Amino acid sequence: MIDFINLYLVPGLTIGSVYALGAVGISMIFGILRFAHFAHGDLMTIGGYGVLTAVWFIPLHPLLLLPFGIALAIVSALAVDQFFYKPLRKLPTIYTVIASFGVALIFRSLAQLFWSSGNEVFISGVRMPVVLFDTFRISELHMQVIILTLIIAIALHFFLTRSQLGRAMRAVSDEPELASVAGLDTERVVRWTWVIGAAMAATAGVFAGMDTSMHPNLGWNLLLAMFAAAVLGGIGKPMGAIAGGLIIGVAEETATYTWFSDEAFISPSYKSAVAFFIMVALLLFRPQGLFKGRLL
Amino acid sequence: MELGGLLFYLVSVLIAGGIYAVLCLALNVQWGMGGLFNAGIAGFFAVGAYTSAIVTTAVSSKHLGGFGLPIPFGLAAAMITAGITGWIVAKICVRLKSDYLAMASVGIAEILRLVIVNESWLTNGSLGIAGVPRPFGDLLQGREADLLYLVMVWLCVLCVYILCQRLYVSPWGRTLRAIRDNEDSARAAGKDVDWFRLQTFVIGCAIMGLAGALSAHYFKFLSPSATEPLLVTFLVWVMLMAGGSGNNKGAIVGALVIWFIWSATEIFTSRLPPEWITRSSYIRMLLVGLLLQFVLQKFRSGLVPERSPKIRSD
Repeated sequence: MIDFINLYLVPGLTIGSVYALGAVGISMIFGILRFAHFAHGDLMTIGGYGVLTAVWFIPLHPLLLLPFGIALAIVSALAVDQFFYKPLRKLPTIYTVIASFGVALIFRSLAQLFWSSGNEVFISGVRMPVVLFDTFRISELHMQVIILTLIIAIALHFFLTRSQLGRAMRAVSDEPELASVAGLDTERVVRWTWVIGAAMAATAGVFAGMDTSMHPNLGWNLLLAMFAAAVLGGIGKPMGAIAGGLIIGVAEETATYTWFSDEAFISPSYKSAVAFFIMVALLLFRPQGLFKGRLL
Repeated sequence: MELGGLLFYLVSVLIAGGIYAVLCLALNVQWGMGGLFNAGIAGFFAVGAYTSAIVTTAVSSKHLGGFGLPIPFGLAAAMITAGITGWIVAKICVRLKSDYLAMASVGIAEILRLVIVNESWLTNGSLGIAGVPRPFGDLLQGREADLLYLVMVWLCVLCVYILCQRLYVSPWGRTLRAIRDNEDSARAAGKDVDWFRLQTFVIGCAIMGLAGALSAHYFKFLSPSATEPLLVTFLVWVMLMAGGSGNNKGAIVGALVIWFIWSATEIFTSRLPPEWITRSSYIRMLLVGLLLQFVLQKFRSGLVPERSPKIRSD
């Protein structure tokens, strides 16, 4: 049981936090701009490399240097929206999906060009896990990731329900025509969607890069699970996306636990298939997600 | 010798170009006619390649089969398995917005890659399948064999082209275009939209499987790295967009033009100093990504724009 918590549940919550933060952006963009953003994973990669570069120059803990990655991701997202997505907004949204697919490749080749195509670590050396109550052995990073994600989730909740901008965002997501008739500045909402989505993506990218290592395919490899998380939470429901991300992360890790026999229930090499099958089941039986998201 | 080498190089470029042309025609059925987004082209391509390899290789203890059947059986089996895979994906998400199909097709490509790498009883894992036969492999060797294969690949392109062209002008194709351009009115006219979309996706995937099989028999060796997932998928999209989606001739033209540019820049960059070679491949990817954005914004109808067939008044 202790092993289950230490080796499966906590790592699951950690990777789930990464999915959650990425899925918030995907869910909001899908809700407000009406397209599946295929470059979101690579936006995480860009944010991660932003912090990595800062670490090379400033000798501080990577998490303290997060603003550099966030700034880089926000600038990239706004530039990409301005130059590549905005000109296509009048067309059927599937064109924007194709464009975002291309942007994913652009982001990745830029990462390979400016940084390296190999693995890079934020902090080298082995770190011992923290022992709590003599039983729980949890790495410092996992605790930081889970706690920071909870703080971000709470802040996001208050932002969406209490601030004027947050309410405008939910309005555009729920009923775009009504929102624009009511005089909401849609372009402003769109800009802030990118800012928030990119900031969270960069944070998630740094978490993922610190948990393993930074490489140009980091974000793309997480994309499928984040889509599954966004669908699970309900499209256009940021808080649902957070729950969805945590559920997918825990499901992926605990699926490899020795549930019924001494062997892993699902071989660890098929871990990333779990997210896909959750998504397939959702699309078949409950495409609106757990929290009654939009069905586009 | 220099001329012979150049000719040999041209043959290899044209063979690969032909395989891309088949992929591009397949995507044209799905996207150009049906308006369906497939982001997992590499996955269906890989299914076809592995199926044909397993069916046609000699008996082996390293992977499933080696059934040693003639190559036409391999091609047919490749189309069937890729079609079935496509049917599963389409069945799940054809009734939802096309973005979901895009997500699911990326997902299935990823799952297929995992299966190919991990299930070594089936595919010999990362070591790959060796000794995939080439048609008439015992009759001809070396360059003559390549020349013969070139003819065969382009015969396949011709067959697929004729098939796609027939599909395009048929009532079936007309219905598809009606669904693509205005789903609601097609539905109102009593067309079973989901059923048409399902058929379209399956036909496209089957043709992608054929392209995979053609590439397996060309390289005679198959490993997971042969199906570089994003690059294949992405290049095919750029080819179709640049060539003219909705037009079968455009699909072939686009495949050849983009493939020639891609290969020509490879010749150029291979002469750079070694430390620049890896870098230049990233620059090429970057430029292809930018090319797609340009085509999407300014050049959507492509080199050979779609022309709807004339309406006969008899």
